[in-house]
Amino acid sequence: MTATVALRRSRTVAARSRPRRARYLLGALCIAICTVMLLPLLMSVLASVKPTAEAAASPPTYLPHGLSLDSYERLWTYQQGLPTYLANSLGTALLTIAFTLLLTIPAAYALARFPIPGKEVIFVFLLLALIVPYQALLTPMFLLFARVGLTNTLVGLAILHTAIQLPLSLYVLRNSFSAVPRELEEAAITDGASSWKVLLRICVPSARPAIVTVALFAFIMSWNEFLGALVLMSRGSSFTLPLILAAARTETSLGGTDWGMLQAGITISIIPCVLVYLLLQRYYVTGLMSGAVK
Amino acid sequence: MYRTRRGRLTGIAYLAPAVLFVLVFTAYPLGQMIWMSFHNWSLITPPRYVGLANYRRAFGDGQFWVSFAFTLKYTAIITPILIVGGYLLALLTSQNSRMRRFTRTTVFIPVVIGLGVSSLLWYWLFSTDFGLVNRALQDLGVIDKPVLWLGVDADRSNLAIIASVTWKVIGFGMILFVGAIQAIPTEIHEASLVDGASYWQRVTRVILPLTLRTVLVVTLVSVIGSLLAFDQFYIMTAGQPQNETATSVFYVYLNSFPYLRLGYGAALSLILALTILAFTVVQLLLTRRSHA
Repeated sequence: MTATVALRRSRTVAARSRPRRARYLLGALCIAICTVMLLPLLMSVLASVKPTAEAAASPPTYLPHGLSLDSYERLWTYQQGLPTYLANSLGTALLTIAFTLLLTIPAAYALARFPIPGKEVIFVFLLLALIVPYQALLTPMFLLFARVGLTNTLVGLAILHTAIQLPLSLYVLRNSFSAVPRELEEAAITDGASSWKVLLRICVPSARPAIVTVALFAFIMSWNEFLGALVLMSRGSSFTLPLILAAARTETSLGGTDWGMLQAGITISIIPCVLVYLLLQRYYVTGLMSGAVK
Repeated sequence: MYRTRRGRLTGIAYLAPAVLFVLVFTAYPLGQMIWMSFHNWSLITPPRYVGLANYRRAFGDGQFWVSFAFTLKYTAIITPILIVGGYLLALLTSQNSRMRRFTRTTVFIPVVIGLGVSSLLWYWLFSTDFGLVNRALQDLGVIDKPVLWLGVDADRSNLAIIASVTWKVIGFGMILFVGAIQAIPTEIHEASLVDGASYWQRVTRVILPLTLRTVLVVTLVSVIGSLLAFDQFYIMTAGQPQNETATSVFYVYLNSFPYLRLGYGAALSLILALTILAFTVVQLLLTRRSHA
């Protein structure tokens, strides 16, 4: 016993002191990798603050020779104006979060706690969107939405995004509600609380991390989603941010693409995603693990 | 809990909105798509039943095969890069020192930004006259005149897009692999250290076998994502040259929307959905086993 411990210790000491050079090499490797990952983002942000003439220069400059917010000003008034597109993207994302939570919190609670006949079959049915990719369902969705006047509306796009996001949310929330100790709920029921009160006062607060995860995923998916928006939103005034930027890419009226403005748009699209990720990283990573692998 | 008749009804009431939602916005469109695939329909004329004609047409359609083959080629090239690259990054960053955690966070940042937006960013970087890739390669003396990366040659476009998507999604596999590696009990690591195993022996004999299931699942998720590729090609090449870089989803999109061949588009969608289904079933079987 003591021999093994001693042996183990000597090996760890050896393992620590021997490859000092290896550790420096690994550190350099980490720095190199971070540089490669951050450089494209950094270059885009830098390009967005180049003065107009420099942003359109060929060959391009690496670093801006002067600072200016001209590109942002042009973006602000481009077509319907940036505020419209920002409002469309943000509105769709918030509606998606609301719809997803309103549908999946009660459903996940029912699946976790109530003795419903055929529960497993219903659960699998609710996961249908996992089995059929939404990319394949866009034509009938478009026809349905066109019939009821939901094309070119934020509610329509949010419904599509909710349909995409529903399986993952339901899965994460059901697991989380199942993990809430039953004793708490049983005590509340004995005190005469209704199941609705139990859900709101006990289950939802205990499952807060899972709810944050679900909302976070819904936001990032909706804010970034491209193909569904391309299909459902044909009117310029209902474009989301990715759509108007993709349209601006092919703009050829006045001497080709406005690269500076494009980079300004990219910078603005990226900021919210990176911010919520850095602030809520813990939720994001646990959500990914429970959703994708378990 | 709630084991009364009333309890059961309450449960059904909680479940009803979600069931109704999936019925209307997923199941119904799926049913309609199957129905459409047996009809010829262009919105202007009423749908006409044509039996399996749309499916037969797909098999004789040159562009369908070009798109399918191109999508497979893209998937076959990018998947090993993402999995091997992601795993190596996970091995590098799975310990919790400050620098490794920082690297992990940094590599994951592009995963949370949109594929559409990252494609626009790389569309600029790979632009012939205005892009920094050509500028840097010229300054380094690798090339002497600007290269036409996108939309002129299918293979070169594919290469550029694969580079950009690798940057965008490699962190996804990495973060899941890190989770799997960290879940290996420390005793196992220590035991292999005591046995005097070298680092690569530990990786191939201990770490890799114990994380194999995660590797398989991530591979499947990644394959499914690549088979459904659209944004990056729509934005970076628009399918050029001559629709050689139009992926399967792209071709479905072209038929359904600009061309308004709704029935044919539906048949193509269904073929695509069935291809994906094969991979999804394997993925679900693999993930189910973890509960047992």
